[in-house]
Amino acid sequence: MAMLEKACQKAFGKALWVYHANTGACNGCDIEVINVLTPYYDAERFGIKLVGSPRHADVLLVCGPVTRQVAPALQRLYDATPNPKLVFAIGSCATGGGCWFDTYSTLGGADKVIPVDFYVPGCPPRPEAILYGVAVSLGLAPKTVGAELLRQESVEELARGESIVGEVRP
Amino acid sequence: MLTSKLREALICLKAGRVTLPYPFAPHDPEPGFRGKVTIDADLCFGCGGCANVCEAGVILLTDSGQHTRVLEFFWRRCTYCGRCQEVCPEGAVKLSQEFQTATNDAADLYLRLEVFMGPCQRCGRCFPPPTPLERMKRTGFRADGEGGRA
Repeated sequence: MAMLEKACQKAFGKALWVYHANTGACNGCDIEVINVLTPYYDAERFGIKLVGSPRHADVLLVCGPVTRQVAPALQRLYDATPNPKLVFAIGSCATGGGCWFDTYSTLGGADKVIPVDFYVPGCPPRPEAILYGVAVSLGLAPKTVGAELLRQESVEELARGESIVGEVRP
Repeated sequence: MLTSKLREALICLKAGRVTLPYPFAPHDPEPGFRGKVTIDADLCFGCGGCANVCEAGVILLTDSGQHTRVLEFFWRRCTYCGRCQEVCPEGAVKLSQEFQTATNDAADLYLRLEVFMGPCQRCGRCFPPPTPLERMKRTGFRADGEGGRA
């Protein structure tokens, strides 16, 4: 695992060229992705550059619940991207299908078709959230979320004077 | 030609630096921003209104055992509409200002709360409202069942 991390840092240390794939998004996430590349957020200072062909890209940015029509194209896109590659699922639709997760016309999430490396939830995610995802992938920032498992105390535990509300169990 | 270019350069220099120092310095969202869902375990009493109104079917409600009702938030597909926050009678469900939720593991985008329910004195289990009228009086009633399509 450490070796893989080192290899990734060597491979992705200089510049990430991204290819932006719209797999049925409503354009919300697309606009935020373009927003990240503007001088205000300026992802180009990290060497991130939008390219026009998946054959030039290191990173695929997938936006949208994968519709049935686009699923084979997404698979071809993934195959066309040279190794090593990263896949970012941008927005609620790409991470889990959004509110179309169980509809007939979408597959519900990019990870149903291709392996996804990083998830950036949000509807749409703030440009800062996308930048944070990039920072997490480059190792500049730690991830801040984890599965939260909460519970309330039962009557017996209350009678014993135990209060465990809000405890996060790993 | 040249003067116009020089003027352009002057304008650009006058503007100074516009780029946010974002990943190295925090940049908080405006108030009213709806971010990651949080739940206050103290306040929730397990009415299930949030599961009824959730558009993306993020919230799954199951009764496990006699005294516990389990609320599960699969918020990887949350659309941040804020209906759960609106409908919660106790203000337990809140959408926080947290937006830095990027992760490499989809299992991180999960929240689970076990609510201790007051059971029926006679049969000893937590129960759904018995009559159609009482069901319709429930918070965030929706005709297609109990909510939570996950």
